[in-house]
Amino acid sequence: MPAAVVRLDSRASSRLRTRAGPVVDSIHMIALEHVTRYFGDVAAVDDVSLTIPTGGIYGIVGQSGAGKSTLARIVNLIERPDRGSVSVDGTELTALRDADLRAARRRIGMVFQRFNLLGSRTVRGNVELALELDGTPRAQRAARAQEMLDLVGLGDRAHSSVHELSGGQQQRVGIARALAARPSVLLSDEATSALDPETTSSILDLYRRINAELGLTVLLITHEMDVVKSICDAAALLENGRVVESGRLVELIQTPGSRLTSQLFPIGPIPENVPADATVIDITFAGGTADRPVIAQLARDHGVDVSILGALIERIGGTQAGRTRLELPAAASAAIITDLRRQGLLVEVLRGADAAAQTGGIA
Amino acid sequence: MNAQLGQILLVATGQTLYMVGVSLVFTILIGLPLGVVLVGTEPGRFLERPFGSRAAGIAINRTLDLIVNFGRSVPFIILMVALIPVTRAIVGTFIGPTAAIVPLSAVAIPFFARMVEIAIKEVDPGLLEVASSLGASRWQLVTKVLLPEAAPPMLLGLSTTVTSIINFSAMVGTVAGGGLGDVAIRYGYQQYSWIHIVSVIVIIFAIVMILQSLAAWGARKLARRAPRSAPALTAT
Repeated sequence: MPAAVVRLDSRASSRLRTRAGPVVDSIHMIALEHVTRYFGDVAAVDDVSLTIPTGGIYGIVGQSGAGKSTLARIVNLIERPDRGSVSVDGTELTALRDADLRAARRRIGMVFQRFNLLGSRTVRGNVELALELDGTPRAQRAARAQEMLDLVGLGDRAHSSVHELSGGQQQRVGIARALAARPSVLLSDEATSALDPETTSSILDLYRRINAELGLTVLLITHEMDVVKSICDAAALLENGRVVESGRLVELIQTPGSRLTSQLFPIGPIPENVPADATVIDITFAGGTADRPVIAQLARDHGVDVSILGALIERIGGTQAGRTRLELPAAASAAIITDLRRQGLLVEVLRGADAAAQTGGIA
Repeated sequence: MNAQLGQILLVATGQTLYMVGVSLVFTILIGLPLGVVLVGTEPGRFLERPFGSRAAGIAINRTLDLIVNFGRSVPFIILMVALIPVTRAIVGTFIGPTAAIVPLSAVAIPFFARMVEIAIKEVDPGLLEVASSLGASRWQLVTKVLLPEAAPPMLLGLSTTVTSIINFSAMVGTVAGGGLGDVAIRYGYQQYSWIHIVSVIVIIFAIVMILQSLAAWGARKLARRAPRSAPALTAT
């Protein structure tokens, strides 16, 4: 909090004072406040308030129909919310008139699932479109477009027809186009959903580079948890148009009962052959706890046999993290759980005699 | 005799090309914007609220739709006769190739406007989102995205339109409009000279073939695709 105040005072206070609406400071690139969008009687986006920090890669995840794409379109106001306000890079978009809104949209680059390239233009022509629309002089357009194509690794395909390119290459053109007008945010709507895993990871690498080298804030809309795992610092989980969880991934994976975390570690249900009276727990390791021999030590210290029912180690939000599901003998389970928690591990009891007693510890 | 036939056909072909050509220019100049406005003022589209009013959008859309349907449903020969006062007011006479331009344009404009409408509706809605996300104005949306993307099917639509203008231009021969239709009627029908009929058919067929191939070639070029029949051909 104090750090935020200091940065605010020194950098953005004059801008803030002149502007009404939600607080967007230098540490928040995007702020949504109580945003609601109805389609008929159904709220596709339902009272969403979310702030997206500047300079990071933020994921909005959810299943199809959760309202992700509508939310993405609300960020640059292609879709107007019925209620609520949207601010991007210090400007409240929902308060702007047409011409100002068009200018503001150019500060937000958007990448689409189906690439959406113009068949009537060459590869470079597609990138130049962004510059034609913002009135860049002709002489500068070609140079800037070529620069963007070089950045995405398609410098030698400038004069190709877009139909000659593969899906991954077409998406790179889409990214070059989104970056051409020098936006401060890159909005990516399911950009990798139509691509194979290998191409997906190359596109994600490109995002990582854009984020690091150009300092762009990236907002990723996706249903793929792998995408979130591999490049996001923070994420929000959307369900039925509502944000159910949001925050930095390193913090979320240490939050008991986090839904997003259980989706990041898809261990699945408890196997049927586990005895009904056994205690089943999930241990989540993150950061420093991930490389300690916790389970071996557990077996030694308590003299019990523990069965590992499932385990996953992932690199999440830049740290090593893992989740292990253990079956413990009922008799020793209370002592073991207390011991694990003392070691600073996140323990969630899924089943067992002590589960009821432990619920206070879970929630 | 042969020199005379050649002379007659040459003059008539010139007249036909003249009235078809000029009608075509008017058809594009009026039909193209008409088609764009016709699509744009539909609910949920880019001209939904002209002058900031949804009611104006609905009114414009309904009116244009009615005019286009009316123009397309009245048989040409009737339209031609009905338009005689209008033609006389504009051109000063209702006889001759110049006078024929008025009814020919009147029948071709609504026809082409529908072609434009169909072609624009085929443009991927995703491209409209792109234009919005890049901060395009409505004018930029139309000129930079919609028209270039719809150009291949529009060109094929234009070639269908020309074919029907040629078709109708023969009919104006019946009311002394001149051109190849006039030759077919005066020499072919009234004197039953088969050589005139056959010559007229061959010339018209050649004109249509040349125009169709040019349009198909142009559409392929515009689409920047590997040569293959454009999908919009079926829509026209």
